[in-house]
Amino acid sequence: MENIEYIIIESGKAVQPFNYSVGMYGSKFFYELKNNRKFLGVQCPKCKKVYVPPRRVCGDCFVEMKEFVEVGPKGTIGTFTILRFAFIDPETGTQKPIPYGYGFIKLDGADTLFQHYIDVHDESKVKIGARVEPVFSDEKKGTIKDILYFRVID
Amino acid sequence: MAKRRVAIVGTGQTHHKSHRPDVSGRELIYEAVTRALEDADLSIKNIDAIIIGNMDHFEGINYVDCWSIDGSGGYHKPVIKLTTGGTTGSTLAIGGYHFVASGMFDKVLIIGWEKNSESDTTGAITTAFDPVWDRLVFAGAISGLAVEAQSYMAKYGATDRDGARVSVRDRKHACNNPYAQLRKEVTLEEVLASPMLADPIHLLDVCPRTDGACAVIMASEDYAEKITSTPDWIWATANRHKYTYLGDVNWGELDSMAEASRDLFKKCGITEPRKQIDVIEMYQPYSFAGIIWIEDMGIVPRGKGAEYIWSGATDMGGELPINPSGGVIACNPIGATGLIRCAEAALQVMGKAEARQVPDVNFAVSTGFGGCMWTDMLLHGKKKPNL
Repeated sequence: MENIEYIIIESGKAVQPFNYSVGMYGSKFFYELKNNRKFLGVQCPKCKKVYVPPRRVCGDCFVEMKEFVEVGPKGTIGTFTILRFAFIDPETGTQKPIPYGYGFIKLDGADTLFQHYIDVHDESKVKIGARVEPVFSDEKKGTIKDILYFRVID
Repeated sequence: MAKRRVAIVGTGQTHHKSHRPDVSGRELIYEAVTRALEDADLSIKNIDAIIIGNMDHFEGINYVDCWSIDGSGGYHKPVIKLTTGGTTGSTLAIGGYHFVASGMFDKVLIIGWEKNSESDTTGAITTAFDPVWDRLVFAGAISGLAVEAQSYMAKYGATDRDGARVSVRDRKHACNNPYAQLRKEVTLEEVLASPMLADPIHLLDVCPRTDGACAVIMASEDYAEKITSTPDWIWATANRHKYTYLGDVNWGELDSMAEASRDLFKKCGITEPRKQIDVIEMYQPYSFAGIIWIEDMGIVPRGKGAEYIWSGATDMGGELPINPSGGVIACNPIGATGLIRCAEAALQVMGKAEARQVPDVNFAVSTGFGGCMWTDMLLHGKKKPNL
């Protein structure tokens, strides 16, 4: 028993596709993003907070939200990091290209932060409080990837 | 409020390692369970119910409550699974407390475990987050922690040197703990020179991937003092969940810990935590949390965390030692991690922490951290709590 070699069984490249509902709020957001390149938020009738992405319920107040408001497209870096270590992207099953800028953007008019890539071509410009704008993809799919990344405005 | 008093009467852990190919998950669980039973001098026959949990994402196998029966000792017993991401271990402890405090069960076995070696940890953690809105840029725990640190540093002017000081502390403490995975002292310079993973987090600022399991036995007052002469009494528990999406988080402060601490301390009459608490086992997965979260906990005022760390107050022998076990930076089998904090706090109260023992512990705090920046907390005490 002492000299036995421990065996590891590999799962192989297992793939299980899913089909996620984004609901009415998410659908409206992606429709506007795809067709008009606009960002939609939703405002709580009670605390007046503007949420992006829009969702049905304000978790803090536990009330339904119905008031859609346009936010952005420009904004400010709320916080960020630059990813420099390699890891497997569960969305693709392959290594995520690094380094990349991971931004939490406060779109103008919103109270929550919107996550997306930040261009880190010039790292010295990427700072909390820096002004940013989205760069859109030529291809319009109606997903979060219609935005390629945000970049710092000089 | 609790219907009756509850105490921890036994604990057991595996010797945590980066990879345990010599055991399957259920065999790893068995090691921790037998050690806890031995510690309490109980047999599996004495156990009324079992609570078990891990974070399924890491092994890609669901229903550990079913398939681990020969390791957990759950054959023909009530078994419940709890899983809440990073807080799984501490949620298990809170669940065990509820089981016994409610009067439903007298002796409960609580098990947390993980085999992080079985998948890509960052990839697996990412699957815990919203597939449509959160996953595109998210890069597991390290990315979320990095943005917290950036935000805190921008607000209060802390530096990566301050973070490194916390890592130096925990890695030194870990040398006293035979169960810790990483038992090697490092210098400030070594932390700062280690590879940058996600700004401002260096490799040596952050926890490793670990295979390990922990088991804790809780008993009602009727049994606790018969089982051990030094029970660890659970005074109270608190937990807070806050957010939906990562963009909703108030980055730079851990609101959930601030609120859980207020709740916990109020329940127990703790008015000056810095003076009244003797030791903290904090679920602190990276160094900067050691600065930020003691502010949220009310140990020091906002912006004063780094100064307190540099004073040596949280080192062994200081005013309020934190993580005598070496904490999460030295060892992180995720589904077990929160329960290890609880077990280590219990060892401190019971006076069984050996080389990592803090003298004369009356009150200890253990915490759990996970998911969208949420918090679990337990207050452990040498004396019996009021009901």
